[in-house]
Amino acid sequence: MEILVCIKRVPDTSENEINVNRDGTDIERDDLVYSVNEWDNYAVEEAIQIRDRVCGSVTVVTVGDEETEEVVRREMAMGADKGVLLSDEVFKNSDGRGIAGIIKAEVKKGKYDLILTGAQADDGAGQVGGMLAAMLDWPYASLATLIEVTDDKKIKVGREIEGGNLEMLEIDLPCVLSIQTGINEPRYVGIRGIRKTASAEIPVHGAGDLGLSPESVGKSGSKIKQLDYFVPDAGEGAEILEGSVDEIAEKLVELLKARGGIK
Amino acid sequence: MVRQVFAYIVHKEGVADDTALEMVAAAKRIDSDASITAIVAGTGADLNVVCNEIASSYQEVWKIDSEALSYPNAEAIRTLLVRILPKEGLIIAPHDTFGMDLAPGLSIKLDAAYLPDAVDIEGVDENRLKAVRQEYSGQVSTHVVCDISGGAVITARPGSFKADESKGAGGQVVDKTAEALEGGFPETGRRFIEVAEAEVGDVDITKSDILVSVGRGIEDEDNLEIVYDLARAMGGDVACSRPVVDARWLEKSRQVGTSGKTVKPKVYMALGISGSFQHQGGIKGSPFMVAINKNPKAPIFQAADVGVVADILDFVPELTDKINGSR
Ligand SMILES: Cc1cc2nc3c(=O)[nH]c(=O)nc-3n(C[C@H](O)[C@H](O)[C@H](O)COP(=O)(O)OP(=O)(O)OC[C@H]3O[C@@H](n4cnc5c(N)ncnc54)[C@H](O)[C@@H]3O)c2cc1C
Ligand SMILES: Nc1ncnc2c1ncn2[C@@H]1O[C@H](COP(=O)(O)O)[C@@H](O)[C@H]1O
Repeated sequence: MEILVCIKRVPDTSENEINVNRDGTDIERDDLVYSVNEWDNYAVEEAIQIRDRVCGSVTVVTVGDEETEEVVRREMAMGADKGVLLSDEVFKNSDGRGIAGIIKAEVKKGKYDLILTGAQADDGAGQVGGMLAAMLDWPYASLATLIEVTDDKKIKVGREIEGGNLEMLEIDLPCVLSIQTGINEPRYVGIRGIRKTASAEIPVHGAGDLGLSPESVGKSGSKIKQLDYFVPDAGEGAEILEGSVDEIAEKLVELLKARGGIK
Repeated sequence: MVRQVFAYIVHKEGVADDTALEMVAAAKRIDSDASITAIVAGTGADLNVVCNEIASSYQEVWKIDSEALSYPNAEAIRTLLVRILPKEGLIIAPHDTFGMDLAPGLSIKLDAAYLPDAVDIEGVDENRLKAVRQEYSGQVSTHVVCDISGGAVITARPGSFKADESKGAGGQVVDKTAEALEGGFPETGRRFIEVAEAEVGDVDITKSDILVSVGRGIEDEDNLEIVYDLARAMGGDVACSRPVVDARWLEKSRQVGTSGKTVKPKVYMALGISGSFQHQGGIKGSPFMVAINKNPKAPIFQAADVGVVADILDFVPELTDKINGSR
């Protein structure tokens, strides 16, 4: 099975406090710790496990700048066979549709049976996979937490729906799936593993290589644009307890007692 | 010009989802004079009940009735919608597991803009729809403008728009089945087999009055001990956010949220939980909520009654000691 996994390099929100920059045009990017999008890590692990069961190869692809190469190497260190970087000045500021269009062009150059994306990334949109599937006219299922390869024509997929129930589906190949966290336990890769992929060749494809017109991507190809970043009015919000640890704990115990929080 | 706004109604066992009335509010935020049409797909008596239920909130209710829709397959429904929606229409769906499945592809098939997970809508100027979204796990918000000249697909975050209870729309139910099924029921490469129910665990957190809920901030499985200690001191049960289950540190039956359990405790302690909307979606009945988090910007502080900005690894044992010493 030839599997393509779409990955994105994002600021790690569990590691960083995200702040808006001074003029509200972006977040404060100095000192941010970046990593591969959490959901994508599960997607790559799943692809590797499927390949190891049924043979084939795993390719990771990302749309980004040169710095994005580091996440491609990281996922190759996990066990992906190949990596491709889709990068071009004109790709900057593409919206979800733009990103899906760029990836579609790369898909058309290869021959894939299965494409995996993360369920969502740092923008919380959860759109690229579903758009890509629609552009390719391939079946799509979001939020997969179970994949069983039945044969080379179809797979069995469990989609996680409300309440953690699984919607079991049979899907024809080729198809696109978005992967939900928890589907597996992504393997750990150490610095040493990543170093081993340092010399792996990662081809870079631009708009020309992909046959994309500059107007169809980037800002000009976008139907949705960001005006600004802001922190909403705190509104009511929590009463933040102040004082020494001892004082805070003391106050909290009183509050909890008053609210029936201590039996 | 009166704008026509459509809303796709998610329903189950003859009951419309809460988002049905939230989307009325969202549509009115687009245009207060909008003509608002609900689209309800399903089959049989349940479908009719839902259509009649929401007709008081929508001017028109478009019904699509087919045996094949007894379970909603987003792939098929997408095609049906493309068949009946007018060009350049605006359609809203909830940003839930169904909407996430349906909407991105629908925007491509309609060649319309896609505005995912809107938390607020500020109106339309010419063909520019202005809305608010959140990024980076809700740590920052962003204003976006969406070019809706070619139509738009919008998903509205559940719980973000206050349900429009005004009723009195006196809507008509219009049967769109024939139009939607012209050319037959859509062939899809995806077939529904069954719904496999989530496993039941050893504790039923939906029955607990006091929940001590732990998130990724606990950092390591071994640290869970301090959470159990606190729960024991308080006389409550341990619950958690999704990453703790993903890491296999606690069983799925303890996960609070849209893809986990819906809980209604009196007191909810959120320890090292950022407060994503999917997590908060599982907390009902406005419990007294205490958030303990080292990041003062964590969205959970917006929802909590009382907050402590601290490292849980240090603070939680202190709190446990205080409680045990106060008896
Ligand atoms: C379709 C879908 C369904 C989902 N369903 C659910 C669901 O049912 N339930 C659910 O919980 N999530 C769900 N999620 C995931 C959700 O989007 C978030 O990713 C998740 O809730 C984050 O969990 P968290 O708050 O524990 O982790 P994070 O967002 O990583 O937050 C960790 C927090 O801990 C704080 N912290 C770190 N270390 C410490 C420390 N030492 N002391 C104090 N604070 C610390 C950090 O500041 C941060 O705020 C769903 C996602 C999708 C896409
Ligand atoms: N720039 C990108 N390059 C490659 N894949 C991406 C990119 N942006 C998003 N994706 C994929 O789409 C998924 C969902 O992201 P999003 O639609 O942005 O929420 C991610 O988990 C990735 O798999």
